[in-house]
Parts: sequence; structure tokens; C-alpha cells
Amino acid sequence: MDSRVPNQNSLVSVNNLSFSRGDKKIFDDISLEFERGKITAIMGPSGTGKTTLLKLIGGQLCPDQGSISVDGQNVHRLSRSNLYNLRKRIGMLFQSGALLTDMNVYDNVAFPLREHTHLPEPMIRTLVLMKLQAVGLRGARNLMPNELSGGMARRVALARAIALDPMMILYDEPFTGQDPISMGALTHLIKALNNTLGLTSIIVSHDVHETSAIADYIYVLSEGKIAGQGTPAEIQKSDSEWVQQFMTGAADGPVHFHYPAADYVDDLLSSTKSYGRVSKRYGRISR
Amino acid sequence: MIQSIQHLGKITRGSFTKLGRGTIFLLHTLPGLINLLPRPRLLLNQLYSIGVLSFLIITISGLFVGMVLGLQGYNILSDFGAEETLGVMVAASLVRELGPVVSALLFAGRAGSALTAEIGLMKATEQLAGMEMMAVDPIKRIVSPRFLAGLLSMPLLAALFSMVGIIGGQIVGVGLLGVDDGAYWSQMQAKLDFQDDIVNGVIKSIVFGFVATWIALFEGYDCIPTSEGVSRATTRTVVNSAFSILGLDFILTALMFGDN
Repeated sequence: MDSRVPNQNSLVSVNNLSFSRGDKKIFDDISLEFERGKITAIMGPSGTGKTTLLKLIGGQLCPDQGSISVDGQNVHRLSRSNLYNLRKRIGMLFQSGALLTDMNVYDNVAFPLREHTHLPEPMIRTLVLMKLQAVGLRGARNLMPNELSGGMARRVALARAIALDPMMILYDEPFTGQDPISMGALTHLIKALNNTLGLTSIIVSHDVHETSAIADYIYVLSEGKIAGQGTPAEIQKSDSEWVQQFMTGAADGPVHFHYPAADYVDDLLSSTKSYGRVSKRYGRISR
Repeated sequence: MIQSIQHLGKITRGSFTKLGRGTIFLLHTLPGLINLLPRPRLLLNQLYSIGVLSFLIITISGLFVGMVLGLQGYNILSDFGAEETLGVMVAASLVRELGPVVSALLFAGRAGSALTAEIGLMKATEQLAGMEMMAVDPIKRIVSPRFLAGLLSMPLLAALFSMVGIIGGQIVGVGLLGVDDGAYWSQMQAKLDFQDDIVNGVIKSIVFGFVATWIALFEGYDCIPTSEGVSRATTRTVVNSAFSILGLDFILTALMFGDN
């Protein structure tokens, strides 16, 4: 993979990235490219550091080795103000939505506009209503975050993420814990926003079906390495057993159903054996 | 033996590291105060939730502390036939010590714990991380206004506490126990010094407000972002604030009143 030609059309490139938490290696020398205007998905089982990758791209964490560049800028070499300027062009959708709980829906969507622009209030109102209309929640503008369902909260967060018209949106597990209807709504929204606004989208997810339906390119991560990559169709046909198990959701395969343990029969019998040992020992004592 | 020394070393190092992180946090907070100038609304909201919402507990506690002072003071002073000086005793104890100290302890319990829980929950629900990704510095946007609000509220609350306390002392001393009303107020007026008593009390309350707000904000910002972490941080806020307030009170008292 190192012989890869740098892609001129990629918005984000991750080069030879390594990152560890404590002793645990989360990424081990991986390289990924995210193309402009495309939806790229990062998939993998829970705990493979998918969210960590988004935090690295957003500059919230620093890699141990390697570099990440977004739109030609090395994220971790930027000064604080330049990093903040870059972040204004990146929207991020958190798993929880991360809406500000002390503001209603309208103010949440208006938040980035009020913080970063000096637009007059009527114009902010127009923009907010446009963004809310795009996610279908214009009527919910006066609700507080605790009155929203999970799917609605995520759609509000999406409206907030596109408030500043970013060039890229990072989605952290957008489908997790959604009912089929909101799942469908979100899938549709992500695809539609990406195409109509000309965004670049990075989706981190383990929902195989929804993600394959909208992604242009998929990376499958496993244990800090890239286990497979390609278009959804290529991934489906991947000859890697690991990728096959992940995509089909088979309970057993290269990833075992059982946590590593001693042989089952031995383990069950060992309890009687240990009783045996005890009795033997007693026997020895009595002898 | 060696192990316990090691343990002691670990604790010491841990607390100094935390102090260091707390100081860095404070240094990040202070520049954010300038950003409040064009946006007074942020400060006003916090003045309400930190200051105004502490109003009730401070007033009621102040009233009762003053009433108890009136009662106890009368019992002792009447043994010496000095009931007339009750006003001085009540006012001096309140303005010098009880006003700043007790109101700061109440402040840490009411406003401090609320601040820690609020910021801790914002951290746990990714609101702070979300702000950072929206290129909004959470320290400037969230922490600085709360810090200034705490700093401004505390001296006012302490003054309110002392004032209500003096009225409480008067209700019991003059109203119930029959101390002369004129003596209560005039003795107070004659004996209490503006510089020595009132200004020193205000200085104390400013220091306590600074420390209590700082601890509350830092504990919230530094907490482990889980529900358990937030609840622990809230407890630590109250405990650490109480220690710091009482310890600092001794030092300040020694500096202010030590030589007379």
C-alpha cells in the first residue's frame, strides 16, 4: 500500500498513521484517502478506533506517527487559530448529537452562525430555517433537545453541522440505535446532502447494510490495520475471510465467537478434577 | 514501609500535577474574560444562575446564623452586664468571619456543585467536544463567563449574608430579649471600622469566590466523562472548596488581624 500514488483528488489523506492508547495499538501504520465529493465509509467492529480516527482528522487528538492532511493542510502542524479556521469548514455529527442542552433547536442551529459570523438576526433566521427545512424539522424549531427523539436529535445536529456550509462532514456512527424509519431518513439525508451541497462525507459505522447502500468507497478496519477496501460491490466480493465475516455478520469465523479460553471439555472436567485433587490431598493427609 | 512512602510520593505528585493542570486551566480562562465585553448577555445569564439562584439559601441561612448569634451572644454578654455590646459582637463576627466563610461554603455547595455537574455533563455528552469541532473554544464560551460571574457574585452574597445576619441578631436581641435598639446600632456604628472590618471581609469573600469558582469549574472540566466521573467530581468540588476556604480563612485572618 506504500507504493500508492498520492491522489490529486483526495480531500483528506491519512499517511502512515500510528496511534496508541496506553499499551494498546489502535492504528498501526495505516494510510487512507478520502476523495472529494464522495462518501467514504470506515467500517469495522466496535473498539477498532473508528471514532478515534475522526478525532484525529478533526485535530482533537494527535497521532504518534504519520500525518493527516485535510485540503492540503497538515492538521497537526497548524496553529490553534488556523486549526479553528479549518474546523469551521468541517462539520461533525456526533453519535449523541452533542446538541447544547440549554438551547432550543433553533438556537442550536443558529449557534455556529452567531459565533462565527456577524450576520444580522433576520438573515440568521432565514439560514436556520433553510437548514432545518433540509432535514425536515422546520416545525420543531421551538423544541428543547430533551424533547427530541434520538433520530430527530441527530437530524438537528446535522442541520447544525451544515450551518456554516462546510466542505466536509464527519459522521460518527450515524445509524446506531435508530429505528428503521429514522435510519432510512438519515441514509437518505446523508446521500442527498452530499450530492446537492457537493460535500465530502466520511462515515464511521458498523451498520453494513445502510452504509454499503450509500458509500462510494469503503475501508474495513481490523486491529489497527486495513482489512479490506474498495467499492461496496468489491467489498462484498472480497476474498478476505475476515471481511466476509464482517459483511455477512457470521457469528464465527476469523473473529471467534468465544473469548480465548482453555478447551471446553477440559475446563468443565477440571472442576471435578480439582475436587479429585482435593480428595486426593485429604487422602494423603489421612494416610 | 517503603510502599507507604511510595504511596505518599504518588499522592503528592498526583496533587501537584493536578494543581499544575488547574493553573494552566486558569491561565486559559483569564484571557477569555476580554471576549465577554462585546457579549454581556453571556455574563448576565451566568450571574443569574450562579448569583441570583443562590440568593434564597444565603438569605435564609444568614438570618438564622444572625439569630443564633443574637441568642448566644446575649447569654454570654449578659453575664458581664454587657448586653449593650451585642450589636458589635454580632456585626463583627458576621462581617469579619461568618459572612465570608459561611456564605462561601454555602456558595460552594449550591453554585459550585451545580457548575461542576453542568460542565461535567457537557463533557460527558460530547457538548464540549462538539463546540471544539465547531471551532468554538469551550473555555472562552463556557468557562470564562461562569468564572467572572462567580467572582462577582460571591462578595455580594457575603455582604447580603452579613446584612441579613445583623437583622437576625437584632430581631432576637432587641425584639425578643430586650436589648436597647439604639445601643445595638450605635455601638455597632462606633466600634466597627470600615477599613479593618468591612474591607477585610470583602477581600476574604473575593478570595473565597475566586477559589470556589475555580475549583468548581476545573473539577467539571477535568472530570472523567461518565456519569460516575461527574458525580465524583461534584463531591470533590464541595470537599476541596470547603478545605480551601477554611484553610485560606485562617491564613487571611492571621494576615489581617494577627497583629492586634
